[in-house]
Amino acid sequence: MKNFKKQLLAGPYLLWMIGFIILPMLLVVYYAFFSNHQFTLDNVMAITSEVNFKAILLSLKVGILSTLICLLLSYPLALILKNINFKNQSFIVFLFMLPMWMNFMLRILAWKILLSKNGILNTFLYNINLPKIQILNTSGAIIFGMVYDYLPFMLLPIYNSMAHVKKDYIEAAQDLGASKIRILFQIIIPLTMSGIVSGIVMVFVPTLTSFAISELLGGGKVLLIGNVIEHNFMQGMRWGIGSGLSFVLMVFVFISMILSSKFGEEEKGGTGIL
Amino acid sequence: MMKKILSSNKKLKRICFCLILTMFLSLTLSSCNQKSESKTKKTTFSNSITVLNYGKYIDENMIKKFEKETGIHVKYEEYESPEEMYTKYKSGSINYDIICTSEYIIQKLMSENEIKKTDFTTLKNYHNIDPKILEINRSFDRKNEYALPYFYGTLGILYDKTKVSSKDVQSWDCLWNKKYNNEIIMENSVRDTFAAALKKLNYSINDTNKKHLEKALYILERQKKHVYAYMVDETADEMIAGNAKLALCYSGEAATAMDSKESLAYSIPKEGSNVWVDSWFIPKSCKNEKNAMMFLDFICREDVATANFDYVYYASPILPVVKKQPKDVLNNEAVFPSKETLKNCEIFTMQDQKTTNYYSDLWMKLKAY
Amino acid sequence: MIKKLLSNLYLVIIFLFLYLPLFVLMTLSFNNSKSKVLWGGFTLKWYSRCFKSETIMNAFMTTIQVTLLAAIFSTILGTVAAIGISSMKKRSKTIYLGATNIPLLNADIVTGISMMLLFVKFTNLSFVTVLIAHITFNIPYVILNVLPKIQQANKYTYEAALDLGASPLYAFYKVTWPEIRSGVFSGFLMAVTMSLDDFSITYFTKGPGINTLSTMLYTELRKGIKPELYALSTILFFTVFILLLIINIKNNKKQHRR
Repeated sequence: MKNFKKQLLAGPYLLWMIGFIILPMLLVVYYAFFSNHQFTLDNVMAITSEVNFKAILLSLKVGILSTLICLLLSYPLALILKNINFKNQSFIVFLFMLPMWMNFMLRILAWKILLSKNGILNTFLYNINLPKIQILNTSGAIIFGMVYDYLPFMLLPIYNSMAHVKKDYIEAAQDLGASKIRILFQIIIPLTMSGIVSGIVMVFVPTLTSFAISELLGGGKVLLIGNVIEHNFMQGMRWGIGSGLSFVLMVFVFISMILSSKFGEEEKGGTGIL
Repeated sequence: MMKKILSSNKKLKRICFCLILTMFLSLTLSSCNQKSESKTKKTTFSNSITVLNYGKYIDENMIKKFEKETGIHVKYEEYESPEEMYTKYKSGSINYDIICTSEYIIQKLMSENEIKKTDFTTLKNYHNIDPKILEINRSFDRKNEYALPYFYGTLGILYDKTKVSSKDVQSWDCLWNKKYNNEIIMENSVRDTFAAALKKLNYSINDTNKKHLEKALYILERQKKHVYAYMVDETADEMIAGNAKLALCYSGEAATAMDSKESLAYSIPKEGSNVWVDSWFIPKSCKNEKNAMMFLDFICREDVATANFDYVYYASPILPVVKKQPKDVLNNEAVFPSKETLKNCEIFTMQDQKTTNYYSDLWMKLKAY
Repeated sequence: MIKKLLSNLYLVIIFLFLYLPLFVLMTLSFNNSKSKVLWGGFTLKWYSRCFKSETIMNAFMTTIQVTLLAAIFSTILGTVAAIGISSMKKRSKTIYLGATNIPLLNADIVTGISMMLLFVKFTNLSFVTVLIAHITFNIPYVILNVLPKIQQANKYTYEAALDLGASPLYAFYKVTWPEIRSGVFSGFLMAVTMSLDDFSITYFTKGPGINTLSTMLYTELRKGIKPELYALSTILFFTVFILLLIINIKNNKKQHRR
């Protein structure tokens, strides 16, 4: 009886959940599979059309590349930060996290100014007699912006999981004569796998689905799946196709979640994904 | 996902805490500051209008002025392309009271019975409006009872005189000239970009023949790798910064840019172009018709129209404003199109939903190319 | 030695990568010319314009209001829900948590669109819809922070308090609250962080004339770059930076005492 009363406390949340989580999702599914009250697969199959397929391929490319670059940049960084012998280690670590607190639009603005054709970077290159680079308004710029935006989101979980690696293990391995590379690959990386996985998830999902960064740094020339969806909703008035594509995106994200959580579960002590 | 990030970091928590404290502080501080303001706001909150307009299309001080004079609170929203506006309105997510947009969208909304018939002649300042422009509007709004002209202008090419020969810009071909690789800015708006392509192919800008449109798409796709960017409101800035040599843009945007950089000039190619009239209309969703009419009357008033003209720099249909302008402004093609130009230009006509969707598909194809 | 040099070099490079753009923004905020490349002398006018700009200030205020209100609501709702969920049987618990995870896992754009579809169907977009959307995506963070604390807490002390005649509220306040306090607190902080940083969901659910900093910046950036925005970013950066500095100095003093 007491328990039942306690369970009632979850009541308001249950209503909220049904109204604002479940119902909206059902609406997406409804718009995706029904047009004019008739079942249809057209909206979901729209993903196979030339334009949308290209867009999702490009999104996957951009998402995977930015995630990879973030990982490759932040893993060594986390290693160095962990081993740094400085009075104020935590301060240094925070300096690397600080940009995360800036509004991400402002960070994009910064790169837009730096990279523009007659911008600071190119003026500098010109003055030291180097060829100018034309990166703004290409998918390269978008990857650049995404790496910049999401680097702290990769760094933090990795650094945190690295902080939990006990020094004893490494010392033991050293005593037993393991080479440094072997220690890295057989001890440190497996022990920090949970951090790596949650870092990958935290970077991959937003980079796969972003539409603002590509709009601002792509000069209207780069079309990602997020832009297609946004266009269908905000400009094309085609909610069916937009919902169909959102549904596909949802499936994509959930599959990658399941994969990554399987990966992470092998580690004990929680993955940190949730 | 973020759990680890925050929960494992006590220091981060403390930072957050301080942040929140400062936020509370600033909230209370600002609420003290705004006390007098909020009082007026509260009383007038029910007395408000929701306005939807293009970006950079009004002197924002005029909105404040209107609020001060009438006590009506203005909820001001902006959009980038006419198609975006159409969707925003049609989705029904927001009840707009008054909207400004291009004539072909107004036509479309008229055909869908989405616009309230309005007797604009009751406006005190109605007599200020140039009859010539009302005449243009009559091509789709026979009795001038749906749309009230706000600004008009043309579509043309803004170019850098020192880097592009004035001969080249006599024709739309220059936008396809490989000489200007990565130096071209196109409009990030379907119909304008397609208008340039259709004109280059010597078709009408209102052509609906699929073969012709496909041809236009084909040449636009070829062009894409030479294009620096597709933009709308950023064009002037980019041209001033010298990031591109040629830009497809609206006349007023060009005039603004030319004002801050002398080497820029505007040209309307000989093949002809598009003339447009952006007008205000009162949609069916309007709940405060009285306020909307007050807003329109305000917009047509001489001093307000002058301020807006100075800010926007498109051709104003308000006669007293035109009369005040010096000769060099009146003769500037980028501000006031000449009679010959107007003759050589077409007005966009409405498309049915099928054609709109077809256009939208072509646009996405171009973007994905 | 070389290894240390290399690792320091790497640190410096990444540091530059992270801070060079911010440094450029700060420099430009004092630049008297509108140019993004040339230096036209020192000025503070962009700062005064930034404070005078209604667009920026309104967006700032809206951001703070949405963030705080959403965080407070979601913390209350989430904490209460977590207490309820903790006393459930395993099956209903999994169902609850499964649904809770949806907004966490889903892409922002999909969550935003789904909420927009709902609001458009039943009502109009306004400030309230933004608030509801923010509360919705904040609640999971609160629940996931509070739930483990409740499960760690000793059930019997609460029941003992009841048996000894304490009212449920008093018992909660005296017994349960101290144990879950830190969880509630970090849930609240996360809600604040997520709300501050959100763009996509606000973008799809905002009503007329309502802008948070993110959506305001998005529309402004597409209209061309105004120097006031440099001033804004400098101010935001230094607010965070100074807070960090203060905390760090305090911490150092504590360590010294030890």
